[in-house]
Amino acid sequence: MSGSVHPAFVLLLGALFLPVLKGRMRQGLLILLPVLGFLNLLGLEMGTVWHFPFAGYGLEVLRVDKLSLLFGYLFHLAAFLTAIYSLHVKDSIQHLTGLMYAGSAVGAVFAGDLITLFIFWELLALTSVFQIWSRRTARSYGAGLRYLLVHITSGLMLLVGAALHYRESGSLAFDVMTLADTASWLIFLAIGIKCAFPLLHSWLVDGYPEATPTGTVFLASFTTKTAVYALARGFTGTEELIWIGALMTMFPIFYAVIENDLRRVLGYSMINQIGFMVAGIGLGEGMGVNGAVAHAFNDVIFKGLLFMSMGAVLFRTGKINGSDLGGLYKSMPLTTGFCIVGASSISAFPLFSGFVSKSMVMQAAADQGHLVIWLMLLFASAGVFHHAGIKIPFFAFFAHDSGIRCKEAPMNMLVAMGLSASLCVFIGCLPGPLYSLLPYAVDYQPYTSTHVLLQLQLLFFSALAFIFLKLSGIYPPELRSVNLDVDWVYRRMFPATVRTVVRAVKPLKDQLLGGGRMLVTWMISELQRHHNPQGIWGRTWLTGRSVLMAVVVLGAFLLFYYY
Amino acid sequence: MMEQLPALQVVLPLFSALLCLLIRNKTASRLFAVAVSWGCLAIALILLRTVQETGIISYHFGGWFPPLGIEYRIDLLNAYVLIIVAMISAVVLPFGVGHWGLSIPEGREYLFFCAFLLCISGLLGITITGDAFNVFVFLEITSLSSYALIAMGRNRRALRAAFTYLVMGTVGGTFILIGIGMMYLETGTLNMVDIANRLPLAYGSRTVLVAFAFLTVGVGIKLAVFPLHHWLPNAYSYAPATVSAFLAATATKVSYYVLVRVIFTLFGAAYIFETLRFHVLLIPLSLLAMFIGSTVAIYQTNIKRLLAYSSISQIGYMTLGLSFASINGLTGGLVHLFNHALMKGGLFLVLASVMHSIASNEIDDMRGLGRKMPFTMAAFVLGGLSLIGVPGTVGFISKWYLVVAALEKGWYPIAVLILLSSFLAVIYIWRVVEIFFFREPAAEKSIKEAPLSMLIPTWILIGGTLFFGLQTEWTAGVAGSVANFLLGGLP
Repeated sequence: MSGSVHPAFVLLLGALFLPVLKGRMRQGLLILLPVLGFLNLLGLEMGTVWHFPFAGYGLEVLRVDKLSLLFGYLFHLAAFLTAIYSLHVKDSIQHLTGLMYAGSAVGAVFAGDLITLFIFWELLALTSVFQIWSRRTARSYGAGLRYLLVHITSGLMLLVGAALHYRESGSLAFDVMTLADTASWLIFLAIGIKCAFPLLHSWLVDGYPEATPTGTVFLASFTTKTAVYALARGFTGTEELIWIGALMTMFPIFYAVIENDLRRVLGYSMINQIGFMVAGIGLGEGMGVNGAVAHAFNDVIFKGLLFMSMGAVLFRTGKINGSDLGGLYKSMPLTTGFCIVGASSISAFPLFSGFVSKSMVMQAAADQGHLVIWLMLLFASAGVFHHAGIKIPFFAFFAHDSGIRCKEAPMNMLVAMGLSASLCVFIGCLPGPLYSLLPYAVDYQPYTSTHVLLQLQLLFFSALAFIFLKLSGIYPPELRSVNLDVDWVYRRMFPATVRTVVRAVKPLKDQLLGGGRMLVTWMISELQRHHNPQGIWGRTWLTGRSVLMAVVVLGAFLLFYYY
Repeated sequence: MMEQLPALQVVLPLFSALLCLLIRNKTASRLFAVAVSWGCLAIALILLRTVQETGIISYHFGGWFPPLGIEYRIDLLNAYVLIIVAMISAVVLPFGVGHWGLSIPEGREYLFFCAFLLCISGLLGITITGDAFNVFVFLEITSLSSYALIAMGRNRRALRAAFTYLVMGTVGGTFILIGIGMMYLETGTLNMVDIANRLPLAYGSRTVLVAFAFLTVGVGIKLAVFPLHHWLPNAYSYAPATVSAFLAATATKVSYYVLVRVIFTLFGAAYIFETLRFHVLLIPLSLLAMFIGSTVAIYQTNIKRLLAYSSISQIGYMTLGLSFASINGLTGGLVHLFNHALMKGGLFLVLASVMHSIASNEIDDMRGLGRKMPFTMAAFVLGGLSLIGVPGTVGFISKWYLVVAALEKGWYPIAVLILLSSFLAVIYIWRVVEIFFFREPAAEKSIKEAPLSMLIPTWILIGGTLFFGLQTEWTAGVAGSVANFLLGGLP
C-alpha cells in the first residue's frame, strides 16, 4: 500500500487542529491522532525510502527498516498512552506541543539523512520545552531555558558535524560511522547530550522534575529514546559506548538514593536505564543492539508508568518530596498497585517486562567476555531495585503515614496506568511479539532457570540490604535537601568563582583599575553605550555626518584598490 | 503582444502611475493599483518561464539596435529579481483593502498609489534594463518616489527621515552616475554587454579603478552596507507601515542586484576578487554589519527600528555570501534575497496590522498582544524564527549555504561567526516574543484581531517562509543556477 503519508506529519499537522477544538472534540482528536498515525505506519512497507530534493541535496526524509519501524510503533504507543493520561488537562498548549513533540520524535527516527535528522532534532527541543514551561512557575521557566539552551547546543553540534561530514565524505546519509574525525565526534557528542551521557546529563534531572505532572510523562518517552535510536543507528559497536553505558548505570544510583524529590529519583533511574541501552549498543550487532532496543521499548512503558503514578500523586496532593508523602496507599490503592507493577518491571522481576530485555544486554556482555562490565551492570541492577523498585513505592505510598487523604487519581490517568501496567506484564510473560520486531534475529530464551534464579537472588539480597539499612537507621533519611550534581558547576560554581575572583581582586582594584568583574561590566556597559538608541551605532546620525562617512569610505576604497 | 512583454513590465506601472493621478477617487485608485501590480507579477512570471525555456531575452526599445538604442536584457538573474519585486508589490498593495486609516494620509490616497506605482516601475526598470545609463534613470525614479512615500508617514519625523534619505540617496546616485560616466570614458559605450566586452582591455587603467570605487560606494549607500546605513533605520521606522514592508523587501534587494551585476557581469569576478581583492574589504564590513546591526537591534524600544537594524545585519549576510565568490556563497546570498524579502515583508506587514490596532510602534505598548491578536502575532513568531534561521524556515536555507561556503573555503572562524550571530537574533526576537505572549496586557482596551484583508497578505508571506523552507527547488534551485551562470568564468 502506498497510501501512507510521512508518519511525522500525522501528529505534527494533526496537532495543529487541537487548539481550535474544545471539550470532548479535542479529547477525541487527542486520542485519535496516535491511532491514525499508527494505522498510517502499518501502511508503510519495509525498505521504503522517500527522497526529497532540498537545497541541491537529495534528502532521504523517510527510511523504513526494522529499527526505525520499531521506534515508530513505540512512539505512537507512548503518544497514545500519554494522550489518555493527559486528557483532563485544559491547557491546549500542552496538548498541541505534546503531540507535536511526539511527531518530531517520529520524524527523527525515520530520517535517513543528517539534515532531516537535525531538523526534527531541533523541533524536538522546541516543542518539548513547553512541557516544562507549562507549569508556569519561575523555577520551571528557568529550568526550561536551561533545558532549551542545552538542546539547541546539541542541535548546533549536530548541524556542524553534518556539514563537516558532508565536506569530508560527500554524503549526508545517516549510517554507521566510526569515531575517526571531528565530524563524527561532534555528531557523537550531540547525540550524547540528548542521551544524558555522564557529565552531560544534568539537563535531565534539572528539567524533568520541573515539568507539569503530565509533561514529565511526555518528556520521559521521547527525547532520550530518540537519542538511543540515533546511537543505535550511527554508532553500533563503538567500544567507548560500553564503558560510557556502564558508568551511566552506576553513578546515578548514589544520587537516586539520597534524592528527596521522587520525580528526580526517577530522572536518575532513567539515566541508569539508558546506561543499559548505551552499553548494549556498544556491545554491537546481534544480542547487544537487540537488548538495547528491546529495553528502550520496555523502558518507555514502565518508566512512563512510574512517572504517571508520581504525576498522579503530585496532581492529587501537590507534593512530590519523599519526606512529605507516605501512607497514600489508603487513598490511592489503584495507583499504588500500578506503581508497584512499574517498579517490578524496572527492577526486572521475572514475569515483568524489564526482565526480558535487561537480561539480554547482560547476556551480551557476558558472551563477549566483558567481566568488569558485567559486574558493573549487575551492581546497577541491584541498585535499580533499591532506589526505583523499593524506594519510590515505599516512600510515596507506605512508610510513615503523612496524614494526607486525597481522592484516587482521575479516571483517565487510571486507564492510562492500567494499560501500561498490563503491557508490562504482557511483555514480561510473552516476549515473543516484541522479539519479532527487533532488528536482528533473536535466539534468546529469557526464562532459563539460571537467569531466573540469578535475578531472584539479586533482588532478594538487594531487598534485604534495604531492610537492613532501614531498620538499623543507616539508610539516608528523606530530607529536604538539595543534592549537588554537575549542573552545580554552571549554576553555582561558575558564578561563585567569578565572585571570589572579584573579591580577591578588589584590594588591588585601586592600583589595577579593574579586575575580572570590572572588565566584564565595562565591556557590557561599553556595548550598551555604543549600541543603545543614543549610542554611536544606535542613534540617528546627522545627514552631514553620513555624507562625510560616504566620502571617507570612498577614499578608503580608492586607496585600497590603488595599492 | 508576447514579444513586447519586457517593455510592458516597466511601461505598465509607469503609465498606470500617471493614470492614478487622473482617477483621484481613493478606492478606485487603490483597486487600480492592485490590478496593475498583479499584472506586473503575471508578466514577471511569464518572463521567468521564457528565460528558463529559451534563454536570454534581448528586447530592443523602439526597434533601435544596441548599442545605439536601449536594450532590455533578461537573463536568469534579473528574471529572478523581477519576481521578487513583482511578488512583494502584488502582496503588499492589497494589504488592508477596505480599511483606510493610519497608514495612508487622508485626502492624498491617489498620490500615495501614484508614487507607489512609480516606485515599482523604477525598481523593475533598474532590474530589467541592459543599459548602464538607464539604470541611473530608473534609480532616480525609484529614489524620488520613495522619498515621497516615506515623507507621507504620520510621524513628523518622517519628513526628516525622508530628507536624510534624499541627501544620501542623491549622493549615492551621483556616485553611481560618476562611475557609469568613467566606464563610458574608457569603453565608449553604455550597453552592459559591450562594456563587459571592452572593459578587460582597460583593466590596467586607473579610471577603471576609480569607476569601480564610485560604483561600489554608490551602490553601497543604496544597499545600506555598513557603515553607509544610517539613512535606513529612520526611513523604515517613520514611513507608512505598508511602505516600510515594501521598501524593506524590495529596495535593498534591487541594489544588491545592481552590485552583483556590476561585479559579475560588468567587471568580471576574476578582476574584482583576484586583482582588486574586493572581498578583503567586504568581508569585515559584512561581519561588522551582522554583529553591530543585531546588537543595536537588541537595545531598540521601537519595533520598526528593531526590524530595520535587523535588516542591516541581514544585508551583511547577503554581502558576505557575495564576497565568497563561490557557487555556494553566491547561491546563499541570492537565495537570501528572496528569503529575506519574504520574512521582512511579512514581519513589517504584521507591524502594519499592529499599527492599525493599537496605533503604536513602541514595544512596551504591545504587552500581552499575543492574546488579543493571536493570528497576527503568531505570524510574527514564525517570521522571527525565520530570521533566526530555525530549520524548516527559509532563514535556515540561506545560512546553510553560507556556512557550507565558509567551510569549503576553509574559513572556519567565519562559519562560527555566522552561527554566533544567529544567537543575537535569538535574543532580539525572543525579547519581543516574550513581551507579546508572556506579559500581562497593559490596559483593558478593546483590541481586536486584524481584519482578514490584513491577515491574508501577511500569512501569504509568512506561509511562504515555511513553504520555501522545505520546497527549495524554486528558490535555491534558481539561485544556484544563477550563481553557476554568473561564475561560469571562474574555475
